[in-house]
Amino acid sequence: MEWINVIVQGVLIGGLYALFAAGLSLIFGVMRLVNIAHGDFIVGAAYLAMVTITMTGLHPLLSLVIVVPLMAAIGYAIQLGLLNRVLGDDILPPLIVTFGLSIILQNVLLTTFSADSQKLNAGALEIGSIPVLPGVDIGYMPLLTFVAAVAIIAGLQFLFYRTSMGRAFRATSDDGEIAQIMGLDNRKVFAWAMALSMAVVAVAGVFLAIRANFDPFMGPSRLIFGFEAVIIGGLGNLWGTLIGGIILGVAQGIGAQIDPGWQLLAGHIAFLVILAVKPRGLFPRID
Amino acid sequence: MTKFNAMNRRTFMRGGSAFLAAPAILSASRASAQSSKFTIGFVNPATGPLAGFGESDQYIMDAAKAAMAGIENNGSPVEIEIIYKDTQSNSNRAAEVAVELIERDGANLIVASGAPDTANPVADQCELNEIPCVTTVAPWQPYFFGRNGNPAEGFEFSYHFFWGLEDVIANFLNLWDDSGVSSKNVGGLFPNDADGNAWGDPELGLPKPLAARGYNVIDPGRYQVMNNDFSSQIAAFKEAGCEIVTGNQIPPDFATFWSQAAQQNFNPKVVTIGKALLFPSVIESLGERGDGLTTEIWWTPSHPFASSLTGETAKQLADGYTAASGRPWTQPIGFVHALFEIAADVAKRSEALDDPYANTAALAATNLDTIVGNIAWNGGAKNPVKNVVRTPLVAGQWQLDSGAPELVVTNNAEAPNIPVGGEMKLIG
Repeated sequence: MEWINVIVQGVLIGGLYALFAAGLSLIFGVMRLVNIAHGDFIVGAAYLAMVTITMTGLHPLLSLVIVVPLMAAIGYAIQLGLLNRVLGDDILPPLIVTFGLSIILQNVLLTTFSADSQKLNAGALEIGSIPVLPGVDIGYMPLLTFVAAVAIIAGLQFLFYRTSMGRAFRATSDDGEIAQIMGLDNRKVFAWAMALSMAVVAVAGVFLAIRANFDPFMGPSRLIFGFEAVIIGGLGNLWGTLIGGIILGVAQGIGAQIDPGWQLLAGHIAFLVILAVKPRGLFPRID
Repeated sequence: MTKFNAMNRRTFMRGGSAFLAAPAILSASRASAQSSKFTIGFVNPATGPLAGFGESDQYIMDAAKAAMAGIENNGSPVEIEIIYKDTQSNSNRAAEVAVELIERDGANLIVASGAPDTANPVADQCELNEIPCVTTVAPWQPYFFGRNGNPAEGFEFSYHFFWGLEDVIANFLNLWDDSGVSSKNVGGLFPNDADGNAWGDPELGLPKPLAARGYNVIDPGRYQVMNNDFSSQIAAFKEAGCEIVTGNQIPPDFATFWSQAAQQNFNPKVVTIGKALLFPSVIESLGERGDGLTTEIWWTPSHPFASSLTGETAKQLADGYTAASGRPWTQPIGFVHALFEIAADVAKRSEALDDPYANTAALAATNLDTIVGNIAWNGGAKNPVKNVVRTPLVAGQWQLDSGAPELVVTNNAEAPNIPVGGEMKLIG
């Protein structure tokens, strides 16, 4: 029963990692941009949700109605006003700009909100659980996080392969210059992709803020698992990102069951093994 | 508060560049004048993850500076200057700014607090550069042994006051004896960092003294900080029937553990965690789940001490901070204030303010009743090693009876002069 619990909890954590990673995967897939500030944007979204909740008294999950579009708009603006200017053949300048954004964001959050540890309070939802088997309880929040991750990835997948916007994303990703000749404005396409990514970031931020404390500096430490999930699953493959998150979560759970000191190590080992066997990840995008 | 710091840093930069521009004049004037100026370098984290430790710095510093205005040394007035440096919560930077204070700003005495990450590198640099140094807010074992201190010799220039692991353990045991829970199995949450390894060490940490009082520590092993999943620890605690959970965690890890514990139906009656439960903002962020958590207490407004510098009682100091900042008091306030009490005392007694050896001798001879209790490095009962004073430690509980979290002292067996504020309740 112990091991069933380990695997169930590991899968649920995998949902959280996938939620962190989905936005990252999306941006990388469309414009080959590694967004170092992704984790800080997640924390920023958490603060935005906090402000929204204090102002309106909404339930944290309902605050998404406001936070998601707001973050999307911010993403659109950042892409148009800043990142588009540095995107080009060289992948280094945008990387460095997002690195700078990360530092700026952390310190803006610090001066605005102080170093206090914050948390969004979701009431009974936070501590309730469904007993599945004796010794195996599934908490409402982890379950909801997992469901949200699956829903978001399914939604993005649909958008990518069933809509004209998705076609534009794919075309720009495959060959930006040809896409431009065909009448697509790459800058707008990138801006929409960033907006979408930030909408996902908003959801990740709110779930993270309900799950545990956040402060202005915790973005980067939460980000590493997002990166690993993206790479395990194959760069730019969204379902792969979910699988990558689950593999990480379960590997860490199994490691922790042996000894908590092995928890992260087991995740990193799983990551390295997959990288060694399939250097492009489990499900690389066909291109 | 952080706004003020930013401003100060900028003023520093301006001052610093002026300084650089006119080195000749400055060095000449310093050599010629029999200076009655005393420069105190203050190193603390104002930004970064440790910023909570430094949140009251500006207030304490301004008040201390005002109170030091009329200080006299050997009958002549002393001009006191305090130079503040932010470590950005980085121990490398802490060492760097300490050197800057010594070499560029000519600090006569350096004070620092804010966890071993700040105190240790600063003290190391002072020892190396032969400038007296006082630190606090770091348990004395990580401070002393973390710097490879030899108990037989001690240090020459660096002095420290705070409690130690033995005090925490004694207080935790008192709390648990008070609680009357039946199971003697105690779940242990120890991260893989300096504090976690020290607390969880089977020989030098919690397990041995706990076993001596009949408690059995269930320790699944060291986890990495910023952990996302405590399921395996929770399963192990459930299986052992733990009703008490203890450990040393950072706030995000505790929050993750605490909500997962509820989700997985693990409901301990006593939760006593070091470090994570220090600041009221953390307890507030936990909502109702913050009620009843227990922790060690180093300082409260009800401590029966007063400042030797301003004459304020502990309560007046805390109230003053709350009135000025609109924020609840935190435990570091008293300790940071005490640093300046000691600095002022040294400035009064030193035989030659520009001589580091005279200043160190004055510091070593300190015997001062401060807002955190008596500080004297005279080899008495409270000096486990030459350079350390143990300050009194009690234990207590966060209670939400009045809405806002309130830290109530519930056991004072280790320091009976500190009044008890209420009874301990079980969680749930």
